[in-house]
Amino acid sequence: MEKVLMKGNEALAEAAIRAGCKCFFGYPITPQNEIGAYLAKRMPKTGGVFLQAESEIGAINMVYGCAGSGVRCMTSSSSPGISLKTEGISYIAGADLPCVIVNVQRGGPGLGSIQPSQADYWQSTRAIGHGDIRVPVLAPSSVQEMVDMTKKAFSIAEEYLTPVMILADGVLGQMMEPVSFDNFEESDARVSEPPWAASGHGFSRPHNIINSLYLEPIELENVIKERFERYEKIKEKETGAVYEKDAEIVVVAYGSTARVVRSAVDMARENGINAGGFRPLTLFPFPEKQLRDACKNARKVLVVEMSMGQMVDDVKLALECKLPVEFFGRTGGFVPNPEEIFNKITEIKEGL
Amino acid sequence: MNNIKKAINILIAGFGGQGILFTGKLLAEMGLIEGKEVTWMPSYGPAMRGGTCNCSVCVSDTPIGSPVVLKPDLLIVMNTPSYDKFISDIKPGGMALVDSSLVNSETKVPDGVVRFDIPAAKLAVENELQGMANIIMLGKLLKETKSSTLEVAEKALKKIITQSKEHLIALNMKAIRIGYNY
Repeated sequence: MEKVLMKGNEALAEAAIRAGCKCFFGYPITPQNEIGAYLAKRMPKTGGVFLQAESEIGAINMVYGCAGSGVRCMTSSSSPGISLKTEGISYIAGADLPCVIVNVQRGGPGLGSIQPSQADYWQSTRAIGHGDIRVPVLAPSSVQEMVDMTKKAFSIAEEYLTPVMILADGVLGQMMEPVSFDNFEESDARVSEPPWAASGHGFSRPHNIINSLYLEPIELENVIKERFERYEKIKEKETGAVYEKDAEIVVVAYGSTARVVRSAVDMARENGINAGGFRPLTLFPFPEKQLRDACKNARKVLVVEMSMGQMVDDVKLALECKLPVEFFGRTGGFVPNPEEIFNKITEIKEGL
Repeated sequence: MNNIKKAINILIAGFGGQGILFTGKLLAEMGLIEGKEVTWMPSYGPAMRGGTCNCSVCVSDTPIGSPVVLKPDLLIVMNTPSYDKFISDIKPGGMALVDSSLVNSETKVPDGVVRFDIPAAKLAVENELQGMANIIMLGKLLKETKSSTLEVAEKALKKIITQSKEHLIALNMKAIRIGYNY
């Protein structure tokens, strides 16, 4: 099929429909409004539901109910709105329900800024709700990946019965790029009711109960241990990264920052510096093995983020202090430019 | 320009309502038709409501890194504040395309930068093409850069103008030709 020029937000919304998402619940916030606007137009035409809730908290709890009845569903927001959703996300994870949550990050804390940011890395990978939980986090870096990872997010959610987060940012949401939906088949949009769904059945079977409350510690411990076994499977099968091998200086970045790093690494190589890029496709699970593989001949690692440095923790954990790790970041809504990253790489090279 | 360079980074700037974002979309669509890699990135936020507005477009033979253009090869500028803000950012060897009926500034273009003036807003009014100064600018761009053709522009217009507004295609083409022949 011919490629079309679309905004990241709109492309993600179209991908959700093609992936069989039947219900969308959301509340407006910049810079992700095109997702809701697109789905408000398109969802009813495809037999689905678009609902603007009274708040982000309302929206996530509608997702909880919808997912509990076995219907494929999604919500999206941006940083402050995601904070409001975290209680609901914890309940959904605690009830082992599949759904997709999109965060088109903007600056924080508080209302912060409406400009692009990556300051919700810790929130997404560490504390997306209370309790012993992890949520798989996918990190697109192009409009095409906004599409492909939306499909992937629904499939991971349903295979492992967990909420899945797509962690984008204001650049990816607002920019337009050519995109293709060739990756989708009509069968992707067909959904059969899962056996655990709490849906109407006219007393034809015992009730399914959706719940996250366990009063007996042994029950809760067993449930959580089983859930963590699923996380191990996700680590084994779903972890992803793209990278170059044998670089002397490995530059790690995700999302739109990885695009800028790509330009900076190319500049470094043109200047005779053996630099290489490493881009995680999943943030949880973090691609630890892949990073160690990329760093086999490395002497130094540079992490670049649109924050004061959050993913840099996971890089250090993965490398187990075997390599020095430096950080470069812009925050507050700035997108770093290739020259400043190139300068940092040059500075590192000179210090080797 | 595509004969000389592998990549061209364009910044289009003016007031909200002048069609800055549309001009960018048209350029991106033209790049797509010609089989190039393209990105389009708007300034977004309160600046859109009556304030200054700008839009970055990258057209390249190779995958594009940052879609945010800080140092343009080509600046298309349609108001004085944007002219003053961006004129010194143009790369050496680059080009400024200025709506001389709207931009009134003492600031000179940097050394090594070529400036082309066209009174696009005035021409739009004279030709009963109100609101199409941006498209007249695009015509001038095609003339001076030879980066694409009128045929590709028409194809792109057909793709991005919805059927209910089909009559606008001919008017847009008229505007492009005015810029091209100025």
